[in-house]
Amino acid sequence: MKQMAFTYQPNLLSESVTMENQTEVAEMKKDSPIIEIKNLNVKTSEGKILKDINLKIPKNKIVVLLGPSGCGKTTLLKSLNRLTDLYKELKVSGQIIIDGQDIMKAGQNLAVMRQKMGLLSQRPFPLPASIYKNVAYGLKLKGIRSKKLISHSVETNLKRVGLWNEVKDRLKSPVTSLSIGQQQRLCLARGLAVKPAIILADEPTSALDPISTKIIENLFKELKQHYTIILVTHVLRQALRLADHVVFMYYGEIIEQGHPDEILKNPKTAILKKYLVDGN
Amino acid sequence: MNRLKLIEEWIFKIISFIAAYSVVLILLYLLIVVFKKGISALSWEIVFSMPEGGYYFGGGGGILNAIVGSFYLSIGATVLAVIIGLPAALFINVQLIRLKRTQNTIRFFLDALWGIPSIVYGAFGFAAMLFLGLNASLLAGIITVALLITPILVRAFDEVLKTIPVELQEASFSLGSTRTETALKVLFKQGFAGFITALLLAFGRGIGDAASVLFTAGFTDNIPVTFDEPVATLPLSIFFQLSSPIEEVRQRAYAAAIVLTVIILIISVSARLLSKRYSKNSIK
Ligand SMILES: Nc1ncnc2c1ncn2[C@@H]1O[C@H](COP(=O)(O)OP(=O)(O)O)[C@@H](O)[C@H]1O
Ligand SMILES: [Mg+2]
Repeated sequence: MKQMAFTYQPNLLSESVTMENQTEVAEMKKDSPIIEIKNLNVKTSEGKILKDINLKIPKNKIVVLLGPSGCGKTTLLKSLNRLTDLYKELKVSGQIIIDGQDIMKAGQNLAVMRQKMGLLSQRPFPLPASIYKNVAYGLKLKGIRSKKLISHSVETNLKRVGLWNEVKDRLKSPVTSLSIGQQQRLCLARGLAVKPAIILADEPTSALDPISTKIIENLFKELKQHYTIILVTHVLRQALRLADHVVFMYYGEIIEQGHPDEILKNPKTAILKKYLVDGN
Repeated sequence: MNRLKLIEEWIFKIISFIAAYSVVLILLYLLIVVFKKGISALSWEIVFSMPEGGYYFGGGGGILNAIVGSFYLSIGATVLAVIIGLPAALFINVQLIRLKRTQNTIRFFLDALWGIPSIVYGAFGFAAMLFLGLNASLLAGIITVALLITPILVRAFDEVLKTIPVELQEASFSLGSTRTETALKVLFKQGFAGFITALLLAFGRGIGDAASVLFTAGFTDNIPVTFDEPVATLPLSIFFQLSSPIEEVRQRAYAAAIVLTVIILIISVSARLLSKRYSKNSIK
């Protein structure tokens, strides 16, 4: 059990993840998904936002949530790390099993549970601090005090998002000196620094220029070797480029899901056919 | 149709122009009157010396007691108000984030408190003093002025916190912070510039208010050394001098008014400058 937990928080900083460990656990868990959502309902007083969502999310794949705006993609994503808690008007019920644990019952461990997931939102929301402190923030929360470890992690993670060369001379500068595209990559680095197993990305490129978009997309392709990525997008071509699995949602329900080639090239339902043509 | 819109636009422009400039003009006129009447009486002696015997009947000396007293009182009151107000504002915005209705009820009551005339606070402070057996003193004045400015401070802090995007809180939570950590490490820092502004504005309100200290702070020619001594304040000093039958003393009232006005102007300007300086790290 301990071993499983270990591989679900891949530690890319150290090379200590041994091959035996990886294969052993991979075999044990080959078919079991990293996230399993059972009968998830999210309601407000006005009605249901998510209706009986049942979904299995496989490990180290990019799962794309697709659907017209307002269909509940963001809500589904926020349910996964219980950011829905911040909104009293939302009533969440059902089961979300991550890593064998029902996070709806996380209780005191909410913070630890949330650190298993990195969040990338529609617009970058860096913390009001320097570039360095943004990446260091999560580490300090984890109780890591060693300056050396923190500096090392800051450097590694900024390198991973391709930001290091652009910012290494001004790590102490405020984040506001970065462009939106750079800020979004910083937010990714900040999330990766706490070593999550899952990345939740809510239309992460919708506010970005084409070049930054390309960088983020390529990053995702690399990251999926070690991370499970749940990506919300309404850009069909992005879904085709990145997705291993596409989930099409409509008015709070999952209508169709499957391999992108199947889903996007041979849609079965009329709703999806219409969406692929008109975009809603 | 288009023409009508142009005319509409034009009328609206004129009205807002008049409104904006009349505010500025009234302020300028007020400043001119005060300066004109007071400048002749204003001197180093008035600002930097203590009143000599019979100051309010034309005796020599100055209003240093009231200047220092006002600072003592307002600083004390602001500190007390921050101690109560900052946690209160954070509480409303972090702990109550899910309870929109409770939030709005609290805001409503705070706004109502904001609207209560300061003489009512004075009377309340006076009653509370009698109840507690306090004399008119620095402490009683501090408490009363703190009562007056706390709602202002909480609401100003609250407005700052409200402008902080909820996504920033989400980012902080998703990195694994608790509510307290989010409040202290993210919201507080993001709002810091706004807090400074709020603080200085509350301080300005405190230092300029006469009615709340009328019964509670007392008045004295000395500078208090302990909390239970009475304290002089600039607004009351102006009030006493203005009510003097002697022309020369009334002129000095305007000199004191200049001092008070300049202090408040300095506070407002520094509020602006400081908030600029400290907002460099906050996310826009
Ligand atoms: N906190 C909330 N309170 C009430 N309604 C909400 C809340 N959050 C989302 N909704 C509603 O739920 C629906 C789905 O929203 P969302 O998940 O943001 O959709 P998407 O991300 O697919 O555009 C929308 O109709 C939205 O108005
Ligand atoms: Mg959305």
